[in-house]
Amino acid sequence: MSTVSAPAQSGVVGKFSNYLDERTSISGAVKEFGRKVFPDHWSFLLGEVALYSFVIILLSGSFLTFFFQASMTPVLYEGSYVPLKGIEMSAAMSSTLDISFDIRGGLLMRQVHHWAALLFVASIGLHMLRVFFTGAFRKPRELNWSIGFVLFVLAMAEGFTGYSLPDDLLSGNGLRIIDGMVLGLPVIGTWITFLLFGGEFPGADIVGRLYSLHILLLPAFVLIFIVLHLMFVIIHKHTQYPGPGKTEENVVGFPILPVYAAKAGGFFFLVFGVVALMAATVTINPIWNYGPYDPSPVSAGTQPDWYIGFADGALRLIPPHLETYWFGYTWSWNIIIPVLILLVFLAAAFAYPFVEAWVTGDKREHHLLDRPRNAPVRTAIGAAGVTFYAVLWAAASSDLIATHFKVTMEGVINTLQILLIVGPIIAFIVTKRIALALQKKDREILLHGFETGRIVRLPGGEFTEVHQQLDAYDRWQLVSYNDNAPIMLRPNPQGKITGGMRMRASLSRFFFEDRIAPVTQEEYKQALEHAHH
Amino acid sequence: MAKNENGKADIVPAESVVTGTGVVAPDAFTDPGLPPHRPRVTDLDPKAAKRAERVVYTLFYLSIAASVFAVYAYMFFPIEPENVHSVRMNTLYLGLGIAFSLLAIGIAAVHWGKALMADKEAIDHRHPVRGTDETRARAVEIFRESDEESGFSRRTLIRNGLIGALIAFPLPAIALFRGLAPMDVDPNNELKHTMWKKGLRLTRDPQGTPIKASELTIGSAFQVIPEGLVDLPEHEKLDAKAKAAVLLVRLKKEDLHWSSKERESWSYEGIVAYSKICTHVGCPVALYEQQTHHLLCPCHQSQFDISNECAVIFGPAARPLPQLPITVDSEGYLVAMSDFTEPVGPSFWERAN
Amino acid sequence: MIFMRKNMSATQASRRNGRRGPLASVALILIGLVATGGAYAAFSSASATAAVDLSSPAVINQGQKLFAANCSTCHGQQAQGTENGPSLIGVGSAAVDFQVGTGRMPMQMSGPQALSKPVQFTDEQTQALAAYVASLAPGPAIPSQSQLENGDVAAGGELFRINCAMCHNVAGAGGALTEGKFAPQLTHVSAVHVYEAMLTGPQNMPVFNDLNLTPEEKKDIISYLSYIESNPSAGGLELSNLGPVSEGLFLWVFGLGAIVALTVWITAKSN
Repeated sequence: MSTVSAPAQSGVVGKFSNYLDERTSISGAVKEFGRKVFPDHWSFLLGEVALYSFVIILLSGSFLTFFFQASMTPVLYEGSYVPLKGIEMSAAMSSTLDISFDIRGGLLMRQVHHWAALLFVASIGLHMLRVFFTGAFRKPRELNWSIGFVLFVLAMAEGFTGYSLPDDLLSGNGLRIIDGMVLGLPVIGTWITFLLFGGEFPGADIVGRLYSLHILLLPAFVLIFIVLHLMFVIIHKHTQYPGPGKTEENVVGFPILPVYAAKAGGFFFLVFGVVALMAATVTINPIWNYGPYDPSPVSAGTQPDWYIGFADGALRLIPPHLETYWFGYTWSWNIIIPVLILLVFLAAAFAYPFVEAWVTGDKREHHLLDRPRNAPVRTAIGAAGVTFYAVLWAAASSDLIATHFKVTMEGVINTLQILLIVGPIIAFIVTKRIALALQKKDREILLHGFETGRIVRLPGGEFTEVHQQLDAYDRWQLVSYNDNAPIMLRPNPQGKITGGMRMRASLSRFFFEDRIAPVTQEEYKQALEHAHH
Repeated sequence: MAKNENGKADIVPAESVVTGTGVVAPDAFTDPGLPPHRPRVTDLDPKAAKRAERVVYTLFYLSIAASVFAVYAYMFFPIEPENVHSVRMNTLYLGLGIAFSLLAIGIAAVHWGKALMADKEAIDHRHPVRGTDETRARAVEIFRESDEESGFSRRTLIRNGLIGALIAFPLPAIALFRGLAPMDVDPNNELKHTMWKKGLRLTRDPQGTPIKASELTIGSAFQVIPEGLVDLPEHEKLDAKAKAAVLLVRLKKEDLHWSSKERESWSYEGIVAYSKICTHVGCPVALYEQQTHHLLCPCHQSQFDISNECAVIFGPAARPLPQLPITVDSEGYLVAMSDFTEPVGPSFWERAN
Repeated sequence: MIFMRKNMSATQASRRNGRRGPLASVALILIGLVATGGAYAAFSSASATAAVDLSSPAVINQGQKLFAANCSTCHGQQAQGTENGPSLIGVGSAAVDFQVGTGRMPMQMSGPQALSKPVQFTDEQTQALAAYVASLAPGPAIPSQSQLENGDVAAGGELFRINCAMCHNVAGAGGALTEGKFAPQLTHVSAVHVYEAMLTGPQNMPVFNDLNLTPEEKKDIISYLSYIESNPSAGGLELSNLGPVSEGLFLWVFGLGAIVALTVWITAKSN
């Protein structure tokens, strides 16, 4: 009845809104999402950094496509950069130099694009670490972790294909390494490279092919997965840190309109601003130094961009002479082993949420995050993983570590080989101990109050420090966490104990053996009484 | 502290949710609820609010100014041909203008949101992600009905035919990808041969001028390509060079150790030629240390000992660098005695046969 | 720095400090905002050559005395070499000018390689030593100023990438060698020393004699090096020209650092 004469129809805005709503039913979306609550914590913005860098990459990348020629046709460079004048190079390299030296703002856009790309992958990595260490991947978000993981891999692929496009000496040697790696794979390696490069390395096709991947196929996939990822964020609503008033059934924070529109919208400009500032002042990928690709020269310190570093490091750490001839074929263990190590590492990261879900058997939804200390084994596993990655990463700059710290490169590599195995174990033990110690400290503070620094002299002449109990809010902060106990092995209804059950029980022991349970009211009461006696 | 032995006893299963190993103590503390709201300075002091307002709009106007400055920089810091400095200035000022205009918008918007917009915490209620029992029942019913109406599980021939057809139809697309590489070329054959052949002169990279044995003094290193490489058609040049690049060095004869007389005959008066393409993943190994006679690959730090037939002494490489057999021709120029006697570069599956 | 360099004399330019701290660099850019434009001092060699006549007996005599006092312990009384140092007969004046003129000789202690350090002799004494060693047997001579200037920059760049970049890095930033040795940075090395290094192949560097790289080609390479040194990167700060590693570190420390600081500010409660 009143649908036709809805309120606020007067004025231009009203008329326009009415026009739009009658055709899109957008008022429903505003009603649904306009006041959706988003919890406030700095670490919740890391995913946004990734999203924003992707937008920046799309904007700057579109500009670059207007000038870049993805062709390996040889040309003589006739642009403005004197030290390359008259040098033969591919059209790709030549057009990239033109973007850099002959188009106003072209170099700026190249640098915006490249810095934003580095930021894109870095912020995804940081976001994943936040999600991991706070247990945000638990039910119902396991699938969204998988989607995010795929985005991480896609981002690395985007980065590598982009790095290879200018066809300069650095990227050409990067492709050479990929070629060599794929060649070493058993059975299919030779043919895969042959198809990839359209014949022999380097051929005349690879830049064009990578360009199709870089600007068409991969961005489309990234976009699809971002949409999926965000859709799930809406369906699940955001997680929140535990605290007074925050429960598994609510979300406490600020509404999208207006506060988060201002904060998150403003944050987009801040991220873009920081990238633009870096692009304006700091050189990235000076292809004019590297010169055009040529299979004979190479530069000292040839490295991939940071996110491929861990793969390059794995290649560097393999000891010499690992190759065998079996059944008339060549088995390049110096390629196969690092590739397997990387695949296993990535698969472990992908599968972790499912493994933890299986071990705990917990089927509840978890919207309250864990403080890392309250999941000591998970935190320790994360620290071990980070250490493993970091050692591989460091290995990718072994030569620079050697020159800058005045040590031998052999020493650096041998040390890192040992650290790759020992480091994660040490990191695991140390982190777990620290987490448990922090939990004990929390417990101590809760039961006996915190030290006030006030010293009181008792009538008997004895000195003592006054301890003060926490208030109800601070106390809740320390006791409200998930507690897990190891599974007891019990026969199933058929009266059997299967291998799977045994494994699950031992894994659950591994996870929860050293548990420190939250303080209960009873314990607290006893502690108080004890203190009064 | 809760003990493991009573851990299991603590479990209080929620009605329909399996907690697994999760433990909920019966006398756990209870949530005290949201702490009282704490107002901001801008809520209490109108002057502070006014000040914040001023900051916000000033920043927006500054952003406009910075954008205008960026356009100005585009026009007044043009790129001059052959002047690197002009490119630097263009990039710097244009970039700074854009950066400041963006940062000012960002800071202003965030400050507005933080200091001036209502900051009362809002609460949303969550619902379980799963659909309600009713919804799920209806979904199951829809599938059952459509199965009945279509006969999907009843008419098995149709169903299996559909599945088979769907599996088969992408196969042509996979076959199409064979066209990524030329049809009539076998990669194995290509990988096993280079441009070198008997009598081909060693020439300087990139000039292509031939090299006389007498031009090498002890300790010299020449970057070498085969004669005629520079005259190849453009698209073949790099492919040929990627396999044929050679490093030529001269050592004292007594510094070279050979496994056989035949290998020794591949050198000439202490002059040896080795493939530059690393046997690990193919980077050019060209870092030659003239006193230690070590060759180092800058990509993955494989090291080869020239005095010992380029044996691997460190790093991930598995095999020595292949040696190019050389001698001199009648005019004293260095020439190849043959192609490499084994495939150069990274290992590949069919390398041995 | 940008406007200060206008006033720098040619000799000062080549002694310009190497690395700047990142904060200093930001400051530099701010200064750059004020000072529009900026002329760059032309590159020129610091130790311009041969004001001394190397063939004069007096100079040779002086060199011999200096040699006996400072070098003969390792290289022998007649420069014939000992267990501790190679023979210098036939190495020529170029080798002496390079080794002594960059402070590599006399060597402080034995190590993986002789390091360049503050020069121990005056230019005149260095010349005298060079004259003495050159008088023992013919060898590569110190190049003249005309051999160091006005080469073809593009040709030099190509030759540099093929013959030098694998050890010294494409931008001359230096690189690692085996067992703790390294190829030094080439920025801030005078043209004459670069020329002499190519000619004589000091320590583990290969020799690039005049039949490998002609004097013309050496001049091209030197011209290329002076071009990239006197034309700082078009993109801004160079991060020591170490490539993706320094770019990655910069991004994680400064880029992501700044952004995380911003996230903390955005979500902190306004007071």
